[in-house]
Amino acid sequence: MSRPEYFRVAYEINPWMRISHQPNLKKSARQWQELLKVLTRDAKVKVSLVPPVTSCPDLVFTANAGFISGREILASRFRYAERRKEEPHFRRWFNRQGYRVRNIPQGIFFEGEGDLLCHGGQLFLGYRFRSESKVHRVISAWLHERVLPLELVDKRFYHLDTCFLPLNANTLLYYPGAFDAYARRVIQSFAPNPVAVTEKEAVKFVLNGVVAGKTLVTNEGFSTKTKRMIRSQGFRLIELDLSEFHKSGGSAKCLTLYAPARRCDR
Amino acid sequence: MVSETVEVKGHIIDSLVLPKILDTILAVPSARFDIEDVRIGRKKSDTSYARLTISAPSRSVLDKLLLKIEQMGAQPTQIREVKLARAPKDGVFPERFYSTTNLPTSVYFRKAWRPVLHIEMDCAIRVEKATGRASTVPMSDAKKGDLIVAGQSGIRVTPLERERNREVFQFMASSVSSEKPKVRLIHALAEEMHQIKAGGGKILFVAGPAVVHTGAIPYFVDLVERGYVDVLFGGNGLATHDAESAILGTSLGVDLKSGKSTQSSHDHHMRIINRMRRLGGLRQAVQKGVLKSGLMYSCMQRGVRVVLVGSVRDDGPLPDVITDMLEAQNEMRRALAGVELAVMIASTLHSIATGNMLPATVRTVCVDINPAVVTKLSDRGTFQNVGLVTDSESFLRELARQIRNFPSFGRRPASKR
Repeated sequence: MSRPEYFRVAYEINPWMRISHQPNLKKSARQWQELLKVLTRDAKVKVSLVPPVTSCPDLVFTANAGFISGREILASRFRYAERRKEEPHFRRWFNRQGYRVRNIPQGIFFEGEGDLLCHGGQLFLGYRFRSESKVHRVISAWLHERVLPLELVDKRFYHLDTCFLPLNANTLLYYPGAFDAYARRVIQSFAPNPVAVTEKEAVKFVLNGVVAGKTLVTNEGFSTKTKRMIRSQGFRLIELDLSEFHKSGGSAKCLTLYAPARRCDR
Repeated sequence: MVSETVEVKGHIIDSLVLPKILDTILAVPSARFDIEDVRIGRKKSDTSYARLTISAPSRSVLDKLLLKIEQMGAQPTQIREVKLARAPKDGVFPERFYSTTNLPTSVYFRKAWRPVLHIEMDCAIRVEKATGRASTVPMSDAKKGDLIVAGQSGIRVTPLERERNREVFQFMASSVSSEKPKVRLIHALAEEMHQIKAGGGKILFVAGPAVVHTGAIPYFVDLVERGYVDVLFGGNGLATHDAESAILGTSLGVDLKSGKSTQSSHDHHMRIINRMRRLGGLRQAVQKGVLKSGLMYSCMQRGVRVVLVGSVRDDGPLPDVITDMLEAQNEMRRALAGVELAVMIASTLHSIATGNMLPATVRTVCVDINPAVVTKLSDRGTFQNVGLVTDSESFLRELARQIRNFPSFGRRPASKR
């Protein structure tokens, strides 16, 4: 994770961002602190912090730094120049932590865990708004795994992690409206139990949640029905107010990058 | 028929990427494909491969299709660098120059896609060899020896997505009709204008003299005073009749209060032009206290950037009117920087000229009593256009009324433009 010291809306690269609608610095610091506390204390997650950088307000959204497998990270290449400034900072940090940093071939965009998620041993890649479909081959060649590209069609859900939440090996929460018809079919054939949430829930970024063991940490906004379903799977649901980060188009998941202890821990 | 060979690689079977690409081609009735090679992986982690040749009756149909399937992961078998040719002399493009659209465009130069700056249709793309910077260049600005993009290869045009958060443009598609709920639409427009201003964007108005003839100036002035007009394009007629109504109370000789035309007033506009020419222009008339109200007066007081462009039928014209067309085009281009919304009212030629200069990402609203004008603007390739067939006075009256529900914006810092 990375402290939101310089967090602000400095440009508009997704429909949630409005320069005129700035996050409150104190409030965002408080919300972020609460997320950190819940993750470390309640979900028992070990968190490492990437130092914030003045010129990179979106560095807080560490999920977009890359995708980690074991001691290797496939580093992102951001679609927008505004965020490309973050790349060298992440690269340097991961290098120092002893990671082997792998690069994407020239001219292809990839935004890390924001668009690449694992569910039931299967990798899914969201593409079109940020990452590109063809990057799936790079990932596949690296991990020797099948990667299924899913086309995103709703700009509000520009990253896969805003509309696709693998809860455990069986259950996936997703918002069907964010995907094209082919992607919906792929999800239905490859996810054992896909559970659709409503648009009303999805726009609250409830699917941008962090799963740690049997704990799900997410922005508040799930319907009673979905909450009941989540709890019936044996999950503890911790709902937080992450409204200040929503102004930038991000939430709990975007604020964290998963570094599995072992390669197979996904 | 033109054709191109593309490759698709990866997990293209399970992910339905290949079926999707084939469906996309089949959806274009005139296009067809031949599968030249397919290799399907056996194990889960194996990748598959397909090579297809796609044919279409024209280059534009093929390019559009290629663009769509490229997003899905298909790639032309050879990635082609953009071709460049030197401009043979000043103001002339090389013979096979690529003519631009108003959509976001990139060129593949020295192994990287480079976004083209200052998007404008009907221009060429100039590439600077040293920096790789690509930008549009109008024909008249080309300099001998400039490197200009030629042919079709290595060019990528990105179609616009329909944005969901822009309510007014979602509410009304670009069809032109007089049968639309105008008050609701104008309300959505007012909201859009407020959002743009709040976000630091600029709003452009293009207006014809009918705005004066119909008596809409007070409402227009209200919008200016509230800070919702940053740039104004018009012609000799707009400024002349505005000054005429401000000083003499008539527009083309018709009394704006009584609606009557008097025998002695048919020459009012000529007298106004003559007076302005004597004073040196509108700004001087404001400074000397001759022009004390009206649209031009308010614009000058508020620091609105006004560009008046002449035409062959003009009387006078006013000294403020630019009569050199190339200079006028460049002045308009400069004024368009930062504009996010263009509202065009009762003006045909200036609207079309403006529409042609705008990138497709700028939203436009075209208001005219004549449906043909609205249609014509939509046909000129100006996307994201909302057309409204209505009288300019009733439009501006309603817009001014709606905008009062939103906060005003302060005077822009004085600039010496």
